[in-house]
Amino acid sequence: MILPLRLEGVSFRHIIQPLSLAIEAGPSTIILGANGAGKSVLMRLMHGLLAPSSGRVTWSDGAGRQAMVFQRPVMLRRSALANVAYAVDAAGMPDPGRVAMEALKEVGLAHLAHRPARVLSGGEQQRLALARAWALHPEVLFLDEPTASLDPSATREIESVIRAFDASGTKIVMATHNLGQARRLGDEVLFIHQGRLVERASVERFFKQPGTAEAAAFIKGELPWD
Amino acid sequence: MHNIAGVLAQPGLWEIVALSLRVSLSAVLLATLAGLPLGAAIAVGRFPGRTSVIVLLNALMGLPPVVVGLAVYLLLSRAGPLGSFGLLFTPGAMIVAQTILILPIIAALSRQAVEDAWREYDEQLRSLGVDGVRAALTVLWDVRFSLLTAVLAGLGRASAEVGAVMIVGGNIEGVTRVMTTTIALETSKGDLPLALGLGIVLIAIVLVLNAAAFVVKEAAQRRFG
Repeated sequence: MILPLRLEGVSFRHIIQPLSLAIEAGPSTIILGANGAGKSVLMRLMHGLLAPSSGRVTWSDGAGRQAMVFQRPVMLRRSALANVAYAVDAAGMPDPGRVAMEALKEVGLAHLAHRPARVLSGGEQQRLALARAWALHPEVLFLDEPTASLDPSATREIESVIRAFDASGTKIVMATHNLGQARRLGDEVLFIHQGRLVERASVERFFKQPGTAEAAAFIKGELPWD
Repeated sequence: MHNIAGVLAQPGLWEIVALSLRVSLSAVLLATLAGLPLGAAIAVGRFPGRTSVIVLLNALMGLPPVVVGLAVYLLLSRAGPLGSFGLLFTPGAMIVAQTILILPIIAALSRQAVEDAWREYDEQLRSLGVDGVRAALTVLWDVRFSLLTAVLAGLGRASAEVGAVMIVGGNIEGVTRVMTTTIALETSKGDLPLALGLGIVLIAIVLVLNAAAFVVKEAAQRRFG
């Protein structure tokens, strides 16, 4: 078990002010905040794509198996199946072809397995990105606004796959500015405002009784830009 | 004026075409072997002066062939630093000059292709735990059709230039006379049929190369996105 993930005094340039927190196994964590609040940077610090300017990011038992799905899926110029198999092979897992096919079935893309990944629709590519993550059986899955550029029906499909991850025991850490999505998928909220962790609460409490003026304003739709 | 078949059947024409292809293809091979890794290294490397190197490389794409010819002439002439190889006025000298001429083209175009792909793939590949040589090979494989275009651009430039091969080759009949230098010479002599025949062949080669590059790129775009 690689969780809990601990951030101790982590900052990144002027974008993330020094913050400390622990991400525990179990409840789905939503990183909520306006555009430019620092959500994406915070996730990249957690996932190890960015090195913090100060402070430490530590996993309890090494960085282990984790995956990330980005706002815009990045696919290699090869088939959908080969894209997933590439990730499985890179992770050093056996039998990439079979594992990849099972992952495609899981997200409902088996019929497109041999189509070139980059000519699939935006929603299909994002589901493919989730299949690629699924095949790795990650302990933690980071999602950076995975539905920000998708239509409502594609968004529903993505959300159902995210629920399947949660049901299979993968810890979900998702950045979003979509309040409805935070309510539907989240158990707890980390509210980020101007690079600071302003509030951490259960989803229910956060929306019913926000503890800070910034969070209350964000929920009401008065994005505080000052 | 003769018909086209007659123009193309002139004595010596196909030997000249063959030498042209030998020189330009050798230059492309050498420039590719050096230029692709150079372009890829500049694309993914982070080192001081990188921006200046890129600007310089892009500027060198427009190297005037006669200036390259002059520089190589000075290097290879008997009194020059590489004079002892005795390469001047041989096909070898022409290959050297054309390699220098098109190396920046192949390096600069592949640098651009690799860098664009790298910018897109970098985070995803690191997220998957792929780095180093494996990441580089993945990116190179994904931009292989753009690299082909870069190589064909180099070949087009090499086969069409006249200034460099004229200076370092000397346009010696049966030894260093290629299509472009023959056209220049025969036109000034007033022997238009041979110049015209070679001109037709040269244009056909350039057309076929560019059509091939276009078709390959289009097919790849449809097939792989």
